[in-house]
Amino acid sequence: MLSMEEVSKSYPHRGQAVKALGGATIHIPAGDFVSIVGPSGSGKSTLLLMLGGMLSPTAGRVLLKSESIYDLQSAGRARLRRENIGFVFQTFNLVPYLTAQENVQVPMFLAGMEGEAQAERSAALLERVGLGDRLDHKPAELSVGQQQRVALARMLANDPAVILADEPTGNLDPETASQVIGFFEEFNQEGRTIVMVTHDPRAAARARRTLRLVEGRIVDESHGNNALHIA
Amino acid sequence: MKLRTLVWREMFERKSQMLTCFMAILLGITAVVSIKNVTHYSEKAVARELDSLGANVLVLPKSVTLQDYYSADMHDEVIPEEYVMRLTMSDIEGVDNLSPKLNVPVEVGGRKFAFTGILPKSEFQAKAAWAGAGIFSRPMGCGAIDVGGEPEPEDKKTIVRKRVIKDLGSHEVLIGSEVADLQGIAEGDSLTLLGEPFSVIAVLPETGTVDDSRIFGHLHTVQRLAGKGEVVNCIEIVGCCKEIAAGLVGGVNKLLPDAKVVTVKQVVATQQNVNGTMERVSLIFLIIIVVVGGAGIANYMFSNVYERRREIGTLMALGAESGVVLRIFLLKALLLGLAGGVGGYVIGTTIAVTLGPQLAGVPVLPMPVLALWGVGISVGITLVASYIPARRAAGLDPVATFQEV
Ligand SMILES: Nc1ncnc2c1ncn2[C@@H]1O[C@H](COP(=O)(O)OP(=O)(O)OP(=O)(O)O)[C@@H](O)[C@H]1O
Ligand SMILES: [Mg+2]
Repeated sequence: MLSMEEVSKSYPHRGQAVKALGGATIHIPAGDFVSIVGPSGSGKSTLLLMLGGMLSPTAGRVLLKSESIYDLQSAGRARLRRENIGFVFQTFNLVPYLTAQENVQVPMFLAGMEGEAQAERSAALLERVGLGDRLDHKPAELSVGQQQRVALARMLANDPAVILADEPTGNLDPETASQVIGFFEEFNQEGRTIVMVTHDPRAAARARRTLRLVEGRIVDESHGNNALHIA
Repeated sequence: MKLRTLVWREMFERKSQMLTCFMAILLGITAVVSIKNVTHYSEKAVARELDSLGANVLVLPKSVTLQDYYSADMHDEVIPEEYVMRLTMSDIEGVDNLSPKLNVPVEVGGRKFAFTGILPKSEFQAKAAWAGAGIFSRPMGCGAIDVGGEPEPEDKKTIVRKRVIKDLGSHEVLIGSEVADLQGIAEGDSLTLLGEPFSVIAVLPETGTVDDSRIFGHLHTVQRLAGKGEVVNCIEIVGCCKEIAAGLVGGVNKLLPDAKVVTVKQVVATQQNVNGTMERVSLIFLIIIVVVGGAGIANYMFSNVYERRREIGTLMALGAESGVVLRIFLLKALLLGLAGGVGGYVIGTTIAVTLGPQLAGVPVLPMPVLALWGVGISVGITLVASYIPARRAAGLDPVATFQEV
């Protein structure tokens, strides 16, 4: 589904290159649930953004459904994100002046979905994450955990095959965090491929497998209890 | 969710900053629209005056300076009525009519009006016929000035159009529309002025000039009531055609060396000057809104883009192409421009219609074409000023917007 071939990334910083990722090769089959762990500054977010077509690598290729995504124009990558990828952020990144329902409608609007269908689908998605009674609330009128659930509903808006989450539980209390990971497990069971960056070992353990990054290199791979066995 | 919803919601989320720069545009358009509107009607009035009165010449006391043709007789200086006779008996060519006037202030129902004495045409004709000579015996053949419209029947109201009336009794009056409205006077009523009874033989149609607040009576009656002797404030010479007006001035000057002789062209020159100044003022306002309003909008848009960079990054992560981001900001600019243009037109027109008559002395009506102008200028400015900020938003690096907290 998703793969990286010898991908490295250096950020230019005051005339010098800061190496964030060095020669990473990863294969993530469809239906996988990968957690990425590692110390701060080890390049986890960098890796995730490159998987999502948001950040072009300095070298190497990133493939989604065997299409090299950085060989596309930026409009092509935007379409690819719209159709295939759902992002979840640590800070949720909800649009503050829109209601929960409208936030969920944004990706549908971007995909050109018609108004009535948007309203119906967004209500159903919010219902699914347990916010059926909070459609008209703005982010500031929701608890932190509820905000992340709105973000989950928004991520599902265009029924993405791939979910990329950067510390989705970083701002949540353990109970809410566990609930969010529960949703991820559910999404994974539906066949979605998930890559989740996390600092939380308990969250990481619930993935099928875990990649450890240290100083921009994948140093270790361990399998969780429910590992997906691939040839 | 539509692009519109997104833009609309954001605009009302953070109103205060937007209002400041919106006000600059709104006030600018208001000023331009109101000035243009008043100037237009003032110019039209000048053109109308030139057209309908272009052939006329005023004979005034030397010391009088005048601003407005219609109130040329509204002053305290006088010239002898005998000048009328001198003109009548002269060999000046191209005069259709003479209209001497004398004013005396009167109070009707607690309000002050001008009681204006005029000399009916029949009296000159009688004199001229008696003298067997004079200006009326040599008509130029171009007749009275016709300002268009249906030919009105020859009645008392011709004073309005032709500045002259055929017959008028010593205790008959014609009253202006404003006097009639304010005092509830109708044709056939009687009226006491300065202790004498008068019968109202006609209520004149509205003209939009000072004539509306006049009461016209016989010159000799007004002279007697004023107690100043056989004098007038002004003599209006109705020339037969425009071409003759300039030549007329020379002849009248020679004939009446102690009077001031003024053509309508000279009278309206002041107003034309004022209009020219207003034209320049509105141009200055236009430059101010383009510069100040444009800079304000651009500044606001830049800070708006900066504030919303995380939101923009999120939209891009959700699959928005840069064109969508560009459109979000341009649509916002368009809405601001539309609101500024429409609002400026409405306020500017209201100001022009209510204050214009007092400032320029002409009735002012709304001009729909100015709505197009207002909206066009306003939208043009906001779009141009927002283009670079919008481009910057569309070109934001979404990753950079996530990294800062
Ligand atoms: N825009 C940038 N310019 C320069 N250097 C950068 C930039 N973004 C990231 N880096 C560097 O790249 C390295 C990897 O950063 P990255 O954000 O991927 O780390 P991370 O593993 O996500 O860390 P954390 O767990 O703290 O989020 C870091 O050393 C960081 O300093
Ligand atoms: Mg990170």
